[in-house]
Amino acid sequence: MKEIVITNARYMVDPYTNESVSIIADFDGKTIGVPLSTKNTDYAEIMRQVEAGELTIEPAD
Amino acid sequence: MANPIDLATLLREQVGGRRNLIINGAMQVAQRGTSETGITGASGYYTCDRYQFSGFIGSTVFTVSQSTDAPDGFSNSFKVDVTTAGSPSTADDYCQIIQRIEGQNLQQLGFGSSSAQPLTLSFWVKSNKTGAASVELQQKDNSDKQVTPSYTINAANTWEHKVINIPADTSGLINNDNGTGLWVLFWLNSGTNLNSGTNRTTWTAENNADRNASNLGIGGSTDDEFYITGVQLEVGETATPFEHRSYGEELALSQRYYQVIAYSTAGQQDAAYNTDHFSVPFNVMRVQPTLDAFTFNKAGHVGGSLTNLGGATISYFDNAVDFVWSSTDTAYRNFGYRVAGSMSLKAEL
Repeated sequence: MKEIVITNARYMVDPYTNESVSIIADFDGKTIGVPLSTKNTDYAEIMRQVEAGELTIEPAD
Repeated sequence: MANPIDLATLLREQVGGRRNLIINGAMQVAQRGTSETGITGASGYYTCDRYQFSGFIGSTVFTVSQSTDAPDGFSNSFKVDVTTAGSPSTADDYCQIIQRIEGQNLQQLGFGSSSAQPLTLSFWVKSNKTGAASVELQQKDNSDKQVTPSYTINAANTWEHKVINIPADTSGLINNDNGTGLWVLFWLNSGTNLNSGTNRTTWTAENNADRNASNLGIGGSTDDEFYITGVQLEVGETATPFEHRSYGEELALSQRYYQVIAYSTAGQQDAAYNTDHFSVPFNVMRVQPTLDAFTFNKAGHVGGSLTNLGGATISYFDNAVDFVWSSTDTAYRNFGYRVAGSMSLKAEL
């Protein structure tokens, strides 16, 4: 099956807790917000590509 | 007496009650819109809820839509139309329609046990193309298994009702959870790596070559089109009449996986953290959802601007998305204001 092209992945940090709470990324060119939930299929695909060495999630600005 | 109901059949087959394991089988619900054009080398949920379309057939361009062309008793169908013809450019190219079913909704099948139940898949289909085509059920939990029967479109441009029996699987346990239990696929076209094998009518180990062994070949002409509706997957060996549900029921079932929310709520500046924030609640979904689309308008005193997803931190709570962003305007500290817009949430399998 064809692979989704994920770019510009970046963690988002809650300013109140200073903890990472989600990821913003471009999926096939469309910007989406992704929760840190293993059952979320978009998060699972991000982590699959990270583990495959195909994607790096940048830290929050 | 005509057509007597045999008690044994009544007990064995699920004649009454909720029968259809497919959501939006009559293609009534299309929250994302009724048409998507220019699909080439792409996959996504475009129109009818719960159905993912993949169009990877070389340079072929597709339009998919919620059509009003439907057989008697139905109002809608899922239509795939070829607007630019092409052919597979690689042996791994594919074109398919798929619905994934949650594992906890399939426990009555008893798969993976000696009491496993057979299934029956039925649907209405229409195409300019005639000949054999493939459907596929895949079971991903604990074993990658598939069953890949074929069916035949006998007459061009004519609605036909198809019934396909799926055997029980006594060794393929489906997990009782909110992950994927079954894939139900309708194949439209593929490259040779996906159609050089044999249609399988029993559960076998995953083998790409068998998946679309009878290839309908949609995509080679701008005349090509494919319609489907009345999709029903049910326990038992008999296709019962389609279980029509109300629009409201199908919408509610679909919203477990995708929701469009028009919101109007209160925002607040927080002087202590130099932030602005607001929350939007949503109905319970399968899992914490992806924020798939977002618009934002503000009224009243608001400090920082928020024009796109990248401008805010998104936090997820049980049934709410919280937006927080840095505010640089100190003129209205601790003032409230109104925010309004829409957001789309996706928790598809």
